[in-house]
Amino acid sequence: MIPAQFDYVRPESLSEASQVLASDEDAKVLAGGQSLLPLLRLRLAYPSTLVDVGRLPELKGVHDRGDHVFIGAMATHDEVMRSDVVRAGCPLVAMAAAHVADPAIRHRGTFGGSLAHADPAGDLPAVVLALDGVFVARSAQGEREIPAAEFFVDYWESSLGPGEILAGVKIPKLGEGWGFQYEKFHRTAQAWAIVGVAAAVKRSNGAITEARIGLTNMGPTPLRARATETALQGMELGDQLRQACEEAAADTSPPADLHAQPDYRRHLARVLTHRAVRTAAGAP
Amino acid sequence: MTIQQEAGREVGRPRKRKEDARLLTGRSRWTDNLSRPGMLHVMFLRSPMAHARITRVDVSGARGLPGVVAAFSGQDFAAEQGSLPCAWPVSEDIVIPDHPPMAVSEVRYVGEAVACVVATDRYRAADALEAIEVDYEPLPAVLDMKQALTADSPKVHEAGNKAFSVKINSGDIEAAFRDAPIIIDRTYRQQRLIPCAMEPRAVLADTDGDTFTVWSATQIPHILRVMLAVVTGIPEHQIRVIAPDVGGGFGSKLQVTAEEVLCLLMARKLGKPVKWAESRSEGNLTVHHGRDQIQHIRLAADADGRIRGLQVDLLADMGAYLMLVTPGIPMLGASMFNAIYKMDAYEFGCTGVFTTKMPTDAYRGAGRPEATFAIERVMDELAAELHMDPLEVRRRNWIKHEEFPYTTISGLTYDSGNYEAATDKATAMFGYDKLRAEQADRRDRGDPVQLGIGVSTYTEMCGLAPSRMLGEANYAAGGWEHGAVRMLPSGKVEVITGTSPHGQGHVTAWSQIVADALGVPFEDVTVLHGDTAIAHKGMDTYGSRSLVIGGIAVLKACEKVRDKARKLAAHVLECSPDDLEFEAGAFKVRGTESQKTMQELAWAAFTAHDLPDGVEARLDSDATFDPENYSFPHGTHLCAVEVDTETGMVKIRSYVAVDDVGKVVNPLIVEGQVHGGIAQGIGQALFEEAVYDAEGNLLTTTLADYLLPSAADLPPFSLDRTESPATSNPLGVKGVGEAGTIASTPAVVNAVVDALRPFGIHDIEMPCTPERVWRAVSEAQEGVRR
Repeated sequence: MIPAQFDYVRPESLSEASQVLASDEDAKVLAGGQSLLPLLRLRLAYPSTLVDVGRLPELKGVHDRGDHVFIGAMATHDEVMRSDVVRAGCPLVAMAAAHVADPAIRHRGTFGGSLAHADPAGDLPAVVLALDGVFVARSAQGEREIPAAEFFVDYWESSLGPGEILAGVKIPKLGEGWGFQYEKFHRTAQAWAIVGVAAAVKRSNGAITEARIGLTNMGPTPLRARATETALQGMELGDQLRQACEEAAADTSPPADLHAQPDYRRHLARVLTHRAVRTAAGAP
Repeated sequence: MTIQQEAGREVGRPRKRKEDARLLTGRSRWTDNLSRPGMLHVMFLRSPMAHARITRVDVSGARGLPGVVAAFSGQDFAAEQGSLPCAWPVSEDIVIPDHPPMAVSEVRYVGEAVACVVATDRYRAADALEAIEVDYEPLPAVLDMKQALTADSPKVHEAGNKAFSVKINSGDIEAAFRDAPIIIDRTYRQQRLIPCAMEPRAVLADTDGDTFTVWSATQIPHILRVMLAVVTGIPEHQIRVIAPDVGGGFGSKLQVTAEEVLCLLMARKLGKPVKWAESRSEGNLTVHHGRDQIQHIRLAADADGRIRGLQVDLLADMGAYLMLVTPGIPMLGASMFNAIYKMDAYEFGCTGVFTTKMPTDAYRGAGRPEATFAIERVMDELAAELHMDPLEVRRRNWIKHEEFPYTTISGLTYDSGNYEAATDKATAMFGYDKLRAEQADRRDRGDPVQLGIGVSTYTEMCGLAPSRMLGEANYAAGGWEHGAVRMLPSGKVEVITGTSPHGQGHVTAWSQIVADALGVPFEDVTVLHGDTAIAHKGMDTYGSRSLVIGGIAVLKACEKVRDKARKLAAHVLECSPDDLEFEAGAFKVRGTESQKTMQELAWAAFTAHDLPDGVEARLDSDATFDPENYSFPHGTHLCAVEVDTETGMVKIRSYVAVDDVGKVVNPLIVEGQVHGGIAQGIGQALFEEAVYDAEGNLLTTTLADYLLPSAADLPPFSLDRTESPATSNPLGVKGVGEAGTIASTPAVVNAVVDALRPFGIHDIEMPCTPERVWRAVSEAQEGVRR
């Protein structure tokens, strides 16, 4: 299909961009366009104005900020997956970024765009949630920090307010003793995750001291598998891990679509959580 | 792949394709790239209802909008649009409903065109579509074939939901099943598929007032021309059809489409060029779909595995209308269910059923993949029943190589083949015994990842088709092909072919054939095609027919040119034609040094200064070829899959294909066809399915929902060949366009089922999605627990 008519602006500054967005509630931010343009082409979205944030320097790059990594909203997936700063400071993000769609999309699609789109089937939301990332939003009123747990509101809905633009995300560095794994279950290489599991596991003296598990596509927002996280604490590697991971789908409300029914997604969440935790914990 | 090639000959050489440099560097000419002065753009408004009466269409809202030149409803075309053709009335009882290119009073599938806008650009046309008002009075959708045939089902067409029924018998089927020690009774579903050619459809129609030119992304410019004349009443000699570069078809562009007819009519109405190009989503809705059959298959066998008889009963979903060859598709499989096996009796029945869905029609393999799937699945079931190796049960039943030519129970005569050789080669490459040992080990250990091995010893009928046989099958046209060859004055060669390549590499392959036949360099040959004003005669490209028929027509034309050249050479060299031998592109007087090259003779014919009596000033000729028989490629495909029984995920671990496509003109092209074919067959086995909801809306309108495998989802394929030349043509070629697709689907599904046999599972419906596999395993495990 062919998109309906829209206006296009390419602001030179964040404040200008934010003004346009604040003054027109039908305006939409255009980042890499990998989610928005298909919606336009199918006439599923009719924005009045596209605000192209591609030239704003504040949104670019990946920065080592000591205790955290700051990933600019306009960093592409390809940039993120190859960044030494990301690979050293928050390897789980690099792992998941490498699973996003295909190389062409990874070169265009952006880290911030993918998160602000708030698609629970996207690979990155669950990862940022598991790592307790902090979203940095900018507007005419200044800067606001939103914890990941408060950022995702519903299907394709974030807590960004009118006029707010996602500038980037702070990912805390976890330090020594952690292992990571992102398990993505999908039918073809380019397809969305039917279910994804992001796991960060810390071990000390053989036992798990902390586990953080983010779930992709198991509800209207990315979710944490809290019950399993708790059950894993203090556990040694072995058969009991599977038992702890049986709780992985607790309190989820997975969707039904052409690729999977909810009961199958719950089953997958359990199996994949077990696999992700085992791998993250360094099990043979 | 081993490459055998005779020294000095082009045929058999793995020539890189002449077409590719241009295609890969973006210098191709797709229909949507073409532009004409004053060209207008059309977009269609399509029915959102599966079945409804149209009570009002008001296009007036669109007419005043910026850039809009015209807006039309079905009523505006009613007097001139005719009915889209069905060229294959397969039975006496067939019902061919009226099929208006634009719906006038009733819509019968989601996506059927109900109105259109012509504007100065596509954006304005799309905007204006939103201003058209259509009122529908909903009618019940008809979606399930079995229900559609019940007495109280709502009707798709007044005459009812049965399109046709056919029954074919050979041998005493009752005797074969009576007291048979083993009867395998299975029902398989051939899911509906969307062809998804790389290039979506596009049409451009223009007129100079007297004549009309239609450019279309079509496989069949010649058939389209005559059909456009029949449908619209525009005299055939005033229509020229051009298929420019066409990016794949897989049968989906073997069609006379509503959009082609309507663009032509709008060019006539407006006196201006009108172009339409579809989006992928529009294509998923309205390019004819493929497959969609329910196959009930019963096989009777002796205790030693020998087949006694086979009974097949099909329900074939026609969709809402009968398009160009819709009813013929299941009939193309009618003679193939018995495949490579000997048996005493065979019965085939098929009922075509109307539903309120997009019509079905040819899709790569067209009827033959469906048949091959059913028989190859059932052979594995027979093997399982007998606790016999699936290759052994096949060996006990297949036609032995010394038995060719062999007339099968369904009446076809297979001219050549060697199933033993292909199978021996394939099992060796595959490491069959070693994989069976690993499978046993995994079964013993209760490994969550189980190994499955799938076999497909397929054959197919190719080279559609001998005109005589098409006539017997009630097809409206013949199956010959035309080729013309002309030596240009400078000694270069221009070839005209009636085939219409859309990715097959005819320019390269025909160049190889001509280079050998005329002794000219490969580089000196060009091939023209796809324009009815240039290639004035042809039957186009489908059914693995191009090389087997069109390539041979070109060869025969070369032979005629050579005969003319011989006369000319004899005259110039002052000898008898019988004293000349043709070698390396020159006629030599036996035992002397005197010779004339083809290039010298071309110049001599051009200057015509010294021609013998009765010889015209031309070194060119043409020929048609109509084969006596189909060709019958065959082969053995072996597939190993790993099935993760915890998640249901199927991963193909290795795939071996040994195909016998007869003599090979270009091994690279053959390999490419086999690769693509296998991938497409795997698509059906594991990934693809067109899904309609309970209201008849297509849910798989994008490639996010209609899953196509890409290279990343497929294993490397190990390919080899055996070579049993076809006897029905002088090159011994059999065709390779469909082989991979026909063979691979059952190989993969057999492997999936084989992996799951320890769970008591004997079928997984296609596509074998992880969810379906997981559910089957879960149910089996619950059954065990109970």
